[in-house]
Amino acid sequence: MKTIIKNCKVFNSDKTELYIDGEKFAAAFPENEADEVIDLEGKMVFPGLVDMHVHLREPGYEYRETIATGCAAAAKGGFTAVCSMPNTFPVCDNAAVVNGIIKKAENAKCRVYPVGAATKGLGVKEIAEIGLMKEAGIVAVSNDGKPIANAGIMRKVLEYASDFDMPVLNHCEDDFLSEGAMNEGPVSTFIGIRGIPTAAEDIMISRDLILSEYLDVPVHIQHVSTKGGVRMIRDAKARGVKVTAETCPHYFTLTDDSCENYDTNFKMHPPLRTEEHKQAVIEGIVDGTIDCIVTDHAPHHQDEKELEFSLANNGIVGLESSFALGYTYLVKPGIISIERLIDLMCYNPSNILRLGRGGLEIGDDADLTVFDLDNEFTFDKNKMLSKSRNTPFDGWKLYGETVLTMMGGKKTYEKLC
Amino acid sequence: MALKNKDLLGMKQLTSEEIMEILDTAKTMKMVISSGNKKTSHLQGKAVITLFYENTTRTRTSFEMASNYMGSSSANISSSGSSVAKGESLLDTVRTLDAMGTDIIIMRHNQSGAPHSIANKINASVVNAGDGMNEHPTQALLDMLTMYERFDTFEGKNIAICGDCYHSRVVRSNAIGLAKLGANVSVYGPRTMMPVGIENMGVRVADSVADCVKDADAVMGLRVQLERQNSALFPSVAEYSKFYAITPEILQLAKPDAFLMHPGPCNHGVELPTAVYDCDQSVINEQVTNGVAVRMAVLYLLMARRNNL
Repeated sequence: MKTIIKNCKVFNSDKTELYIDGEKFAAAFPENEADEVIDLEGKMVFPGLVDMHVHLREPGYEYRETIATGCAAAAKGGFTAVCSMPNTFPVCDNAAVVNGIIKKAENAKCRVYPVGAATKGLGVKEIAEIGLMKEAGIVAVSNDGKPIANAGIMRKVLEYASDFDMPVLNHCEDDFLSEGAMNEGPVSTFIGIRGIPTAAEDIMISRDLILSEYLDVPVHIQHVSTKGGVRMIRDAKARGVKVTAETCPHYFTLTDDSCENYDTNFKMHPPLRTEEHKQAVIEGIVDGTIDCIVTDHAPHHQDEKELEFSLANNGIVGLESSFALGYTYLVKPGIISIERLIDLMCYNPSNILRLGRGGLEIGDDADLTVFDLDNEFTFDKNKMLSKSRNTPFDGWKLYGETVLTMMGGKKTYEKLC
Repeated sequence: MALKNKDLLGMKQLTSEEIMEILDTAKTMKMVISSGNKKTSHLQGKAVITLFYENTTRTRTSFEMASNYMGSSSANISSSGSSVAKGESLLDTVRTLDAMGTDIIIMRHNQSGAPHSIANKINASVVNAGDGMNEHPTQALLDMLTMYERFDTFEGKNIAICGDCYHSRVVRSNAIGLAKLGANVSVYGPRTMMPVGIENMGVRVADSVADCVKDADAVMGLRVQLERQNSALFPSVAEYSKFYAITPEILQLAKPDAFLMHPGPCNHGVELPTAVYDCDQSVINEQVTNGVAVRMAVLYLLMARRNNL
């Protein structure tokens, strides 16, 4: 299969055409040799995006999402690579489950890089088989959703993972302070929902920074949502601590005011914070404290969300709205450049996890995506390809709708005009 | 004379005019209660269901008396003796009740926002009889009726509320309702029982129980909700009653004609010494009577809205 993409702009390049032969970008060849010629009418081709924080739910929770549906959603969001979190059933804490995920993902519309559990069963006692899982193909370890509460275990995970050069990603929340269902503040008080203080996140971030510095090993802080977290990570980076960090679109677009009507599509961990924290997250994105924008794509069934607020599951889907939110709320107002957004959503996560993604040169995997940056569209939850519908962004007017995504030279998403 | 919304979810959703309309209507209803013939026909041919997911004595009985006095058909459901015990979801339960032609569902639930989450999915009017830590609007309304019978206006009146504000839906509903009518509300309790940002609700956070009660026109004690505590928020009853209770000496600091209220049930010797509970200034039993009157008024005004549509 040979494809020519013509009449385009190419991100970070002055090329106007791209040639694909099989799975790779190729040198120029005549148009009559091409099986397909795609005319982009001047639109820009970006490298396929990378989301290092996704819950694909398979195995075990196929009623929420499968690898196939999650990857289709990813392709629709412009992603060509995602990292699947290990809180599946059974937990992805051994090579057999890793192999199963990789096997299932072979025909999916997105590359899937499994993340293994840091501890057996996401538990509190034993380190998981990080070495064997690495051989099977994991790219990082994490207990996402279940913070590693015990500092002694966290230390051992950081040390042991470093033997295998395995990145450690931690969900930072002190469970003893996080019994609530939303951010603690005037809104939680007003509507009578137990609050989760920002201190719950800050305390564990500070602990992980201290351990990382003390042991001189890298640590990656997942979904940063607080001003204190951003400040501490900034200070640690300035000291040379090997820390990287991510945030999610909802932390720079929403605040806890949205919880006032008990809409459970605004319920997640960490919870939506106040405007002050939202602004701090944006500052962290601008100044490089935060390295990645991830979705924490967390599909849940309607029956798990249409519940009393405190009883509903945590999390929202995000793959299909992530780029458009970043583009509309960060790039369009001039807060960051489009180049910086692509760093946050492609190159940085690829570098942190050493995935080698993002190349648009001859010989690179032909992973690319094209967005319509000029026309507004209405985000419609009923048009999502994810199996679940738990998005807070239904009906939002956004820019940056995906037009085309290709992975390994094959179309994985194409907007039907 | 009718409420604007289909449901009574909280004081947040009521305007000051609606609050006054409920209180004025309740005064009339109180005359019905004190008359020899406690029967009206306002709810004749109407169906009222009480759906209670939490234990209660006075709120449920009070609603049942109110609807009986007004001639409705009624049924009572509690979580233990129904399909709720079989794991039926709240939404399925209320849709079932709605499908039976129910006009008003009176609901008590241990989760904040539970009535809000189902109200727009059914035809029946929903009356919030207490949702988690959020609101208990008819309690606030009966408290306000008790005050209204003694004040000509709420404007500038000092109301002191002492106790466990964190878990209290009573304090939230009172603070919101009283602020709408121009009263000055002061609150006090152990810092471990004071929710973050409560001052944003227009109340003053006092420095001590004495500071809270000083110059008050009305003093309200809150029940220490031992069943709602996930962890110890104070070290002992002895310590709580010494530093946080409304003692006779503390009550002296209020205005001379001030009166004492408590939503009940009261932990004697914890938030109030028995001597205070029974003192001349206590209007606690009158609050109970007013509870029936206010609930009659609410049911009447909600039904008036339904009849007008």
